[in-house]
Amino acid sequence: MPPEPGLCFAASFAPALLDPARSTPELVTGPNGKAAGRRYDVYRNNVTVSLIDALAAIYPAVQRITGMDFFRAMARLHVRSKPPTSPLLFEYGRDFPEFIEAYEHAQDMPWLADVARLERAWLDAYHAADAVPLSPARLSAVTPDRLADLVFIPHPAARCLRSNYAAVTIFAANRDDAPVMRIDASTPEDALITRGEFDVAVRRLPPGGAVFAHHLVSGRPLGEAAAAALEAASEFDIAANIAGLIEAGAFTSLCCGDPS
Amino acid sequence: MSTIKPAPPAALPLRFATPIGGVAGTSFKPEHLPAILEAKPRGGFFEVHAENYMGAGGPPHRALEAIRRDHPLSLHGVCMSIGGPRPLDKAHLARFRGLVARYQPALVSEHLAWSTHETSFFNDLLPLPYTAATLTCVCDHIDQVQEAIRRPLLLENPSTYLAFRESSMHETEFIRAVAERTGCGLLLDVNNVFVSAANHGYSALDYLADFPLSRVEEIHLAGHAEQADDEGDLLLIDSHDGPVADAVWKLYEIVIRRRGPVPTLIEWDSKIPDWPVLQAEAAAAQAILDRHQSAAPAGERHAA
Repeated sequence: MPPEPGLCFAASFAPALLDPARSTPELVTGPNGKAAGRRYDVYRNNVTVSLIDALAAIYPAVQRITGMDFFRAMARLHVRSKPPTSPLLFEYGRDFPEFIEAYEHAQDMPWLADVARLERAWLDAYHAADAVPLSPARLSAVTPDRLADLVFIPHPAARCLRSNYAAVTIFAANRDDAPVMRIDASTPEDALITRGEFDVAVRRLPPGGAVFAHHLVSGRPLGEAAAAALEAASEFDIAANIAGLIEAGAFTSLCCGDPS
Repeated sequence: MSTIKPAPPAALPLRFATPIGGVAGTSFKPEHLPAILEAKPRGGFFEVHAENYMGAGGPPHRALEAIRRDHPLSLHGVCMSIGGPRPLDKAHLARFRGLVARYQPALVSEHLAWSTHETSFFNDLLPLPYTAATLTCVCDHIDQVQEAIRRPLLLENPSTYLAFRESSMHETEFIRAVAERTGCGLLLDVNNVFVSAANHGYSALDYLADFPLSRVEEIHLAGHAEQADDEGDLLLIDSHDGPVADAVWKLYEIVIRRRGPVPTLIEWDSKIPDWPVLQAEAAAAQAILDRHQSAAPAGERHAA
């Protein structure tokens, strides 16, 4: 629906905000007939810089790894091609990891997109709905014959991510300013992201742990999840993994899959 | 998606929340939370950007609950796009209404600006022409917001860097008409007046003389930065990244002498200083408010 007559100003003002190739819109002016070029550029700069800053706030580890100049050049391209569609900036940048994956200057850092995915999941966990995590006592109260049918309700903040690289170690080493030791990036790592009682925590899952967590978070019963995890990793420790997931706050409740 | 229940036309009693009077406040920044909670409550209020608390849960809401226990709260929206030609985002309006209902803030404000066009959100307070058509549109948007939140909104005057050739009204004339038509209150940003006056070559004092001060229920003070325009002349930028300028303090005192004490916010959003620095700016505003406490009854209100 085109705007009413007299309300076309936004359609004329907006297109050049993120497109430096366009000239200053005709409809604006400085006072007393002065030029409006540098004046309009203030808005261009505000828009571009604030959106790059928003990406830097969501992806601090990526920025630390690449350095600020690299990051801001990469983010500027992304901001111009994919400006936010929501006024909630903490929702912005969901397609930034894919952008990084395809970015020609980041090809020698194949793990960088997975680090970004972890940072995006961290922020989603941070803003997720509040819920009281499942108490470990609830599991202890279940009789052994019903364990295989147990179904767990995931906490709204719980997420699981898999990487072909050492994304968790790289993420953890770059979320603050502490010195970074040499990391072997080629070790595949899986991550569990939770927000227990207070803050977001990112844990590295043992072999089979991601398959196990994926099954449980998808509502599959404990027996089925354990079988799948054992198939993925023969050394998989069911008791340690379920205790670890509960302790991390991955679930809010459990129920017996058997409706009776 | 939730929808806004339409209110019967002209039947809406808009009531201001209990006035908090001539109190100075500061922007709330999460990094200051430990310092704020450690000190005894000092009677100031805190202002937050509404959009930062529109997530479902987590630490932001926990911090806001903690702040709100001992301090009045001001909810300052920055993304409603009231000045834009497009219909308001119903989902965003519902989120805004939800925050007002949950936190019962003492003050609720938004901007005379726009930030969204088509599907893009530009994250800046963009300017609009002042015409009969935009006046109708802005009033319609404010009516919708006030119907949703069931109370008057305080509308903030913008800082601008350029003008629209099609504008046919002065900004003060436009804002006065908006307030009269919608019953909204006003948030007077004195730094914005100073910045815009410098950028457009008019007198800040003349602007304030034309501004409907009796409708002002909150004041903003902030720092600005200096650049140059195409002709090399001074162009002021509303940067919110430093202390309030001396000239802005002088204008502020003139406003308070005429209007009487109203809640006053020190707005500092980037290059955020340590909490004591921000507190000292608020104390300077409080000293001016206190000098004029007897000059006018606090909480003077206009009929809604």
